[in-house]
Amino acid sequence: MADSVFEYAPAPERRDIVDIASSYGLFIDGKFVDGTDGKSFKTISPASEEVLAEITEAGEADVDAAVKAARRAYDRVWSQTSGGDRAKYLYRIARILAERSREFAVLESLDNGKPIRESRDVDVPLSSAWFFYYAGWADKLGYAGFGPNPQPLGVAAQVIPWNFPLMMLAWKIAPALAAGNTVVLKPAETTPLTALLFADVCQQAELPAGVVNIVTGAGATGQALVTHSDVDKVAFTGSTEVGRMIAKAVAGSRKKLTLELGGKAANVIFDDAPIDQAVEGIVNGIFFNQGHVCCAGSRLLVQESVYDEVLESLKRRMGTLRVGDPLDKNTDIGAINSAEQLARIKLLSEIGDSEGAERWSPPCELPEHGYWFPPTIFTGVSQAHRIAREEIFGPVLSVLTFRTPAEAIEKANNTPYGLSAGVWTDKGSRILWMADRLRAGVVWANTFNRFDPASPFGGYKESGYGREGGRHGLEAYLDV
Amino acid sequence: MTTTAPNLDDVTASATSLRRFLAGLPGVDQVGAEARAATLATRSIKTTAKQYALDLAIRMVDLTTLEGQDTPGKVRALSAKAMRPDPADPTCPAVAAVCVYPDLVAVAKDQVGSSGVKVASVATGFPSGRTSLDVKVADTADAVAAGADEVDMVIDRGAFLAGQYGQVYDEIVAVKAATKDAHLKVILETGELATYDNVRRASWLAMLAGADFIKTSTGKVQPAATMPVTLVMLEAVREFRNQTGRMIGVKPAGGIRTAKDAIRYLVMVNEVAGPDWLDPDWFRFGASSLLNDLLSQRTKMTTGRYSGPDYFTLD
Amino acid sequence: MTSEPRLDIRKTYKLYIGGAFPRSESGRTYEAVDASGRFLANVAMGSRKDARDSVVAARKAYAGWSTRTPYNRGQILYRVAEMLEGRREQFISDVQAAEGATKKRATAVVDDSIDRWVWYAGWADKIAQVTGSANAVSGPYFDFSIPEPTGVVAIVAPQDSSLLGLVSVVAPAIVTGNTAVVVSSFDRPIPAVTLSEVLATSDLPGGVVNLLTGDAYEIAPWLASHMDVNAIDLTGVDNVVHARALEEAAADNLKRVVRPEPVDWTADPGIDRMTAFLETKTVWHPIGT
Repeated sequence: MADSVFEYAPAPERRDIVDIASSYGLFIDGKFVDGTDGKSFKTISPASEEVLAEITEAGEADVDAAVKAARRAYDRVWSQTSGGDRAKYLYRIARILAERSREFAVLESLDNGKPIRESRDVDVPLSSAWFFYYAGWADKLGYAGFGPNPQPLGVAAQVIPWNFPLMMLAWKIAPALAAGNTVVLKPAETTPLTALLFADVCQQAELPAGVVNIVTGAGATGQALVTHSDVDKVAFTGSTEVGRMIAKAVAGSRKKLTLELGGKAANVIFDDAPIDQAVEGIVNGIFFNQGHVCCAGSRLLVQESVYDEVLESLKRRMGTLRVGDPLDKNTDIGAINSAEQLARIKLLSEIGDSEGAERWSPPCELPEHGYWFPPTIFTGVSQAHRIAREEIFGPVLSVLTFRTPAEAIEKANNTPYGLSAGVWTDKGSRILWMADRLRAGVVWANTFNRFDPASPFGGYKESGYGREGGRHGLEAYLDV
Repeated sequence: MTTTAPNLDDVTASATSLRRFLAGLPGVDQVGAEARAATLATRSIKTTAKQYALDLAIRMVDLTTLEGQDTPGKVRALSAKAMRPDPADPTCPAVAAVCVYPDLVAVAKDQVGSSGVKVASVATGFPSGRTSLDVKVADTADAVAAGADEVDMVIDRGAFLAGQYGQVYDEIVAVKAATKDAHLKVILETGELATYDNVRRASWLAMLAGADFIKTSTGKVQPAATMPVTLVMLEAVREFRNQTGRMIGVKPAGGIRTAKDAIRYLVMVNEVAGPDWLDPDWFRFGASSLLNDLLSQRTKMTTGRYSGPDYFTLD
Repeated sequence: MTSEPRLDIRKTYKLYIGGAFPRSESGRTYEAVDASGRFLANVAMGSRKDARDSVVAARKAYAGWSTRTPYNRGQILYRVAEMLEGRREQFISDVQAAEGATKKRATAVVDDSIDRWVWYAGWADKIAQVTGSANAVSGPYFDFSIPEPTGVVAIVAPQDSSLLGLVSVVAPAIVTGNTAVVVSSFDRPIPAVTLSEVLATSDLPGGVVNLLTGDAYEIAPWLASHMDVNAIDLTGVDNVVHARALEEAAADNLKRVVRPEPVDWTADPGIDRMTAFLETKTVWHPIGT
């Protein structure tokens, strides 16, 4: 046939656009300060295992200082700032993020491991858009459906995960500030860098000191933050396990809580689905962001009558996925975020093997250094298998079948989680029938993994409570 | 291989069975198809990959002139350029073919001789296709008699949109017979078919009827070739080979003006249909001004400087 | 340079139609004067043909503008605010001259105008969440209502409030996807022309706003009776008899009409000026396997 092969030459994005300091302090009260304990940890690039920077570990005293700064800023400045002025600060932040978008995208890919194409085309634009959208609510809260003059809660403690570091920061800070709260945010310990660079944006926007505070650290820091007595609101995105602990910790207190936790979403393919786009949806659903997505379509429920066709097409399509250097513009699947996460993915995959499911990956060359896992599917999976029930949080898809719409619903809902679901069919009434019955906070019909600041996102059941995005997203940060 | 491949002889046995088959093909989600094309367009093709792609794209060009004002002189000039696109660089490959109206085929044939550049002719009342079947067949026969290696026919879009799939099919079969040994490209005129579902159906219809190539457009109607439309056609040829073992070529035509666009198409061919299609035997660009931009980009890669229009011929 | 005062280059004040700045096709101008009667400039006197051309431009721009994402429209309107801010000093002196205001008052007017524009920019992707709904019909149907822009809106801008009033009638019409033909204040046209220069440099597509200086008494009847105009805002029509005649003419193709009434432009505008130019579309779809 063809006499040669189209090899894509390396197309690396340049790293030098971003300046990474060798070490970072904590961003409290508008400036960077050292930690009081002298403790620190390193953040590395999961693609190469190189150390990127040394990060301060915030101890209890540091967390206390940050909460105090947030409280002072709330009482003296931010609660006296008009909605119109809060809007202006948020618009400034949105525009600066857009101006510095390439810098943030490169930094995110370095620290997180995700492909530059995704951080450039999804993470950073959505982050800027989130601030732009919520800026517009700051001076219109009376129209949001929560009464004529809804008030903020005060100081919000926000703990975010490592899978979309900057985007999760935007999802938390934008509505909180728009509603009039001040915040103390803790980024994940493996991905602190874009949050720390965000502090620079706050300074460029001349956001009043103490309105946003960033404290870095791991579980202990997070715990100190969410249990601090002077915090009015806790917002957490992360694992269901930790979410449960936080819910117990705030029990009996006056703290309002919203949680966005794990998922094991069903992606349901009917026999009349637009097959090529459905396959794209499957691939996007589980391999986007290396599957490190709470709402990932990690269970493929394919109607038995089209099983062969879908699987064949899926395997062929998986063969064109490119695993490699996150900074290469042609990379589709980047590095797994950490050694721990890689170990978990490997463990669950071995469990899948031992449970009798059949594992398949396209042939792919994995780099020597760093944390990598090939895109993988398990067929012959049933609901009883652990890989059908437990969140793997990696590029691993479990494939199950169903016969009728009712059976699809039964299987899709048969999980303690309820974050998202996908439905693929050409029939409008069936989309709506399925959407009606799926116990999931987000239903994607003939699409998947779509996010927008105007669209409320959040889970049912053990996937958490509260919504982020849209008019609904204001509720978490208002005293209503 | 799939287990549900229909027996395709049964499918084409009657207009009704053909219609049912085409209606039963999976739909195309517009938003999803366009999103996939857009993602493929983000591929960054640099250095050696870009050199490979530029040379391949040049070899895939059907250099085209299809105007009322075409003369033998114009066609001779075009043919000369087709054989030697870059006067300053003999290493530059020749294009795949020249594409002209039937009455100028002989002139083109005379000019290209045995250089390896093919002569493609439009036929069947190009571009509108609004003539009788007899006229269409006669038009085809003229082109073939004059020495055309390839014939680019148009389907009857009116009949297609009116649901007369059997008629459209029969016309392609008749024209195919008249092409004898020449290759037949079937132009769907995707801009007039309007929906991706129609493009998928028309692609299958043409392939079942004996097309060697399916082609997007005449270039006389906007929109002409687009990436999502070509994506749908590439999926169709891939599926057709899966089910029948027979390989069909794809030619986007019209509106592809820059080397950057052309390279994006090649990425799409590579990742959607597969590397087997990365060959002038299976993929062509119907274009005229594209060639000079390919040459310009090629020159930049070899000299390291941006070039200008004065350095490439206008024919 | 010498110490004598420098001769300035004076601007020719033109119309803003389809993204370009033509003179009136009638070739006419009139004298714009400041509050004490001193000559400011010769300003284009828009004619019915200019109005006709503006409607054509607005209609042409409608398909593109109304189908942009709301986020995109919001961003463009915010960009207008950025450009307004950049010309803050120019607007302050325009308003001082046009309205006879002190520098302090003119500054407040300009700042309010910019802030007003920012307020409206933020509505682009939110109005649907506030005015739309999913409707609980009793039957197996998914039933939803969404707002859609009405089309081409003719606007007679306030006569006195030559900047704040002007932006307060223009921004709400276009943020939701309508396009507009605006007749500026007759006596105080200069801020409107500066505004049109801002619009032209803000990524706002040509034709989304068309701005005519001139006499609403002359132009408005042609817009009110125009069969390709979908709505008309009569805010700037001071004379009640005239307003009534315009509303009657508008009834021929059932235009949506906003009647003139006194407005405190500094107050919270509410959402009425957006909803006045929005249609509501209700869609039903069965729910079944």
